[in-house]
Amino acid sequence: MGSYVPSTLAQRREMLEAVGCCSMEELFGHLPQQVLLDRPLHLARGLSELEVRRAMEAIASRNTVFSTVFRGAGAYRHYIPAIVKQVVSKEEFVTSYTPYQAEISQGVLQSIFEYQTMICELTGMDVSNASVYDGSTAAAEAVAMCQDRKRVKTLLSAAAHPDLIQTVKTYCEGSGMPVEIIPAKDGKTDLDALHSLLDDSVCCVLIQQPNYWGQLEDADQVGALAHESGAKYIMSCNPISLGMLQTPAESGADIAVGDGQPLGLSLSFGGPYLGFMACTNALIRKIPGRIVGETTDVDGKRAYVLTLQAREQHIRREKASSNICSNQALCALTASVYLAAMGANGLENAAAQSFAKAHYFAKEMAKIPGCKRRFSGEFFHEFVAECPDVPKAMAALEAQSILGGLPLNGDLSGCVLWCATEQNSKEEIDRAIAVIKEVCGA
Amino acid sequence: MKLMFESSIPGRGCSILPACDVPIPALPESLCRKKAPNLPQLSENDISRHYTALAGRTHGVNNGFYPLGSCTMKYNPKINEEMAALPGFTAIHPLQPEHTAQGAMAVLYQTEAALCEITGMDAMTFQPAAGAHGEFTGLLLIKAYHKYRGDNQRTKIIVPDSAHGTNPASATMAGFTVVSIPSQADGCVDLEKLRAAVGKDTAGLMLTNPNTVGLFDKNILEITQIVHDAGGLNYYDGANLNAVMGVSRPGDMGFDVVHLNLHKTFSTPHGGGGPGSGPVGCKALLAPFLPGPVVKELQGQYHFQTPEQSIGRVKSFYGNFTVVVKALAYILTMGAEGIREAAQNAVLNANYMMKKLGGVYTMAYDERCMHEFVMSLEPLKKETGISAMDIAKGLLDNGIHPPTMYFPLIVHEALMVEPTETESKETLDEAIAVFLRLYETAKKDPQTLHDAPHHTPVRRLDEVGAARNPKLRYPF
Amino acid sequence: MNAPKELLYAKSHEWVKKLDDGSVLIGLSDKAQSDLGDLVFVNLPAVGDSFAAEDTMCDVESVKAVSDVYAPVGGTVSAVNESLIDAPEAINKDPYGAWLVKLTDVSGLENLLDADAYIAVCGEE
Repeated sequence: MGSYVPSTLAQRREMLEAVGCCSMEELFGHLPQQVLLDRPLHLARGLSELEVRRAMEAIASRNTVFSTVFRGAGAYRHYIPAIVKQVVSKEEFVTSYTPYQAEISQGVLQSIFEYQTMICELTGMDVSNASVYDGSTAAAEAVAMCQDRKRVKTLLSAAAHPDLIQTVKTYCEGSGMPVEIIPAKDGKTDLDALHSLLDDSVCCVLIQQPNYWGQLEDADQVGALAHESGAKYIMSCNPISLGMLQTPAESGADIAVGDGQPLGLSLSFGGPYLGFMACTNALIRKIPGRIVGETTDVDGKRAYVLTLQAREQHIRREKASSNICSNQALCALTASVYLAAMGANGLENAAAQSFAKAHYFAKEMAKIPGCKRRFSGEFFHEFVAECPDVPKAMAALEAQSILGGLPLNGDLSGCVLWCATEQNSKEEIDRAIAVIKEVCGA
Repeated sequence: MKLMFESSIPGRGCSILPACDVPIPALPESLCRKKAPNLPQLSENDISRHYTALAGRTHGVNNGFYPLGSCTMKYNPKINEEMAALPGFTAIHPLQPEHTAQGAMAVLYQTEAALCEITGMDAMTFQPAAGAHGEFTGLLLIKAYHKYRGDNQRTKIIVPDSAHGTNPASATMAGFTVVSIPSQADGCVDLEKLRAAVGKDTAGLMLTNPNTVGLFDKNILEITQIVHDAGGLNYYDGANLNAVMGVSRPGDMGFDVVHLNLHKTFSTPHGGGGPGSGPVGCKALLAPFLPGPVVKELQGQYHFQTPEQSIGRVKSFYGNFTVVVKALAYILTMGAEGIREAAQNAVLNANYMMKKLGGVYTMAYDERCMHEFVMSLEPLKKETGISAMDIAKGLLDNGIHPPTMYFPLIVHEALMVEPTETESKETLDEAIAVFLRLYETAKKDPQTLHDAPHHTPVRRLDEVGAARNPKLRYPF
Repeated sequence: MNAPKELLYAKSHEWVKKLDDGSVLIGLSDKAQSDLGDLVFVNLPAVGDSFAAEDTMCDVESVKAVSDVYAPVGGTVSAVNESLIDAPEAINKDPYGAWLVKLTDVSGLENLLDADAYIAVCGEE
């Protein structure tokens, strides 16, 4: 059996004696008999480290690691610089708790302050928090920031990620606030529909940029419409795309959110990722979660500390507007190291290459009969294309260790959401095109 | 020390990506950002040294004793980290076909089975990313359950005033009205007050046991029965499960839904504030309402399924997956016996420290504690002016992370000590000696403690200034 | 403790100053600011908001707490002291000068305490 208890049996006896007990059972003797478990847990016997390694490796080997990935849909395989993993494996960062004791937590606090600065730079917004669970919950928290007594309704674009839509709906269902979906038209948020849905009960309009299908939204116009009716404007953004695309601030957003996974976090079957949240100065006391601020110590030395804590659940209890407690500190650190390693030029390069490869991929695919793009309009690094035989194409790609795009359903049944990043070489794209061409009988 | 923006030198950088091997098309000007983000320009060496310096200004479990009450800062085993870093777990896409992700689904399935056995629950979701997120999810299950039965008047959640702040905050987020009931002096539930509070409008009760002062509520069966008799459900906040795992199960105490903190009880690290994982387990009656998808097994194959009456998603994909991988490695290591042994030694270590400090420090409750205990520095403060905060800051100079301060609110000048089972007797003895020495210093030379810490990278901070004039980013 | 004679007080530690035009100024008593500690933020209501006596009117924030400020009388907000947004510490420095809101259409003045009665109430706490 494995164990991480260092006390020897002799020491345990000594300590038991010190507290006046003869046995471990006696230590729990004050618990009511009826709630004591009268049998061992039905779990396997404990294992040595080598046995654990064998067992876990056996489980891991039942997953297919694709050598080439053309699937995104909310989780993106970008290149992760070697330094990222080295830095975030440092034991001090891995094993510390939330930096409540500022004097011995300056490292974590400063890293979050730097993260906040970089998120503000990326989004153009004034204020960032220390991160939340993921992009979907960041969107749900942003919606809650906008609700007040008079304005309660959220308008949410149908072109946002389905998980984001469902998460926002679950949160709003909890607090009893209505949500309406703005329909999409030709793969983008329908502005006419938005216009007719807006009234003085609407607290916010939320869109995703680039949207779920990779299309670029008319972000300025959505913002203008929202503000005209007195609603707040929330944009959920892909952070890599911000290396080249107009920022949420430039589009007039009051709150920018998104999933930080593309910034150096591995796919990891969906998590842990991080949600970033940034807003205008006007909303500074509404943004939930931890925030690090600069201050000085008694000697006048610059230092960092968790601040504006009075907003938070441990003080406001039932009056808090969010219950959030954890952030995703280690994931925020990952994003910071990634951005430091890439720099502005590297980030722009990653964005431009992802953009370029997806456009090359789409262009080549359009040459295959029955594989044309479904929507018109600009796109970033994902696009929806028709496919004459989706299951057969996916199977043929899988046989080549290629994870194809995501098969869509509903109105988009028979279509595939493809993604390319800087990781996909021209050669990989050409190979995938050849496989699809063969399957689709061209 | 410098911020990385202050070390930035124009023209410096790392070489990461190759040249693009396809043409880069033009994007209309109107869609492009107007100004490049101000990101640091640093060499890899610069970055590496920057973070090594930051790590040196951070106290983790690996740096020393970390008896932070209610946070269970136990040792984070290295094998867990290595297993979670296997490419078979990190390099898989959340939306790749089920037949190519059977291992990942097995992780969720097996961990669910083990945690259900440990808690006495029937089903589980791993979507919640942290404890508070789990509370919110669990409360939505309770809400959906009453709604499904057409019982629409159950709008109130009862929370003792000794509870963690997240409990009432989560209840509000889930659309409930919070009924706060005063605890007895020992933090246990006042049965009469509970009886008076329950009724046709009771949706449920939120409780942690051992409670927030580290005592096991002996009336637990009566408490959960009172709520059940009134038609409500019982929610178990798993923050303190480390004290009882393998010894007693929330399911057998009368709880219907629990959340766990894998980053406390199941040894996955805290990461400076996350990522954690807050899975929610429930009895069969609540299983149809769980967030989807959940993993089911059919003829040796795992499948994702969304429960019929699901409350919907609370997060993207399936939760903080690799954190679950770490917890599974821990459970495999410990086995049935190891799990129980951990709880026993957590309780033993806490009682040992309490006993050794009890002659000098004032214990808030002079009875057998579970995995943690609370001291009140009020008498010392009256005598010497030294507060719980001052003692905490004095500990910093001795390489010990302070206990949780000023919680629970029902004890004045509280210090809440949770040693955990992974600390040796020698470490406990050393810490005890430090605590006793600080007590002496409080009496003989209080000013030294008022001025503490003396040897940390920075000293006490101006928190008022930080909040009055928030500087939340580097201004450039 | 400091509680000027010319003002009226609520048990919840707000002071009320009657103005000639029938409106009132409302602020926090010296005891309130001292109990709260260093204030870092004041969240004021909007002009035009109406309150009944004992409604939550606004909140004030110190480093470790947010406290509701209750309307000591009923009325409609006709002005708020915007200078407090940038300088909440004025409440700590000069509690009886740093008014929070001005109310018109005032009701319920008769339920307030005079300075002596207020000091007596504070003594019982």
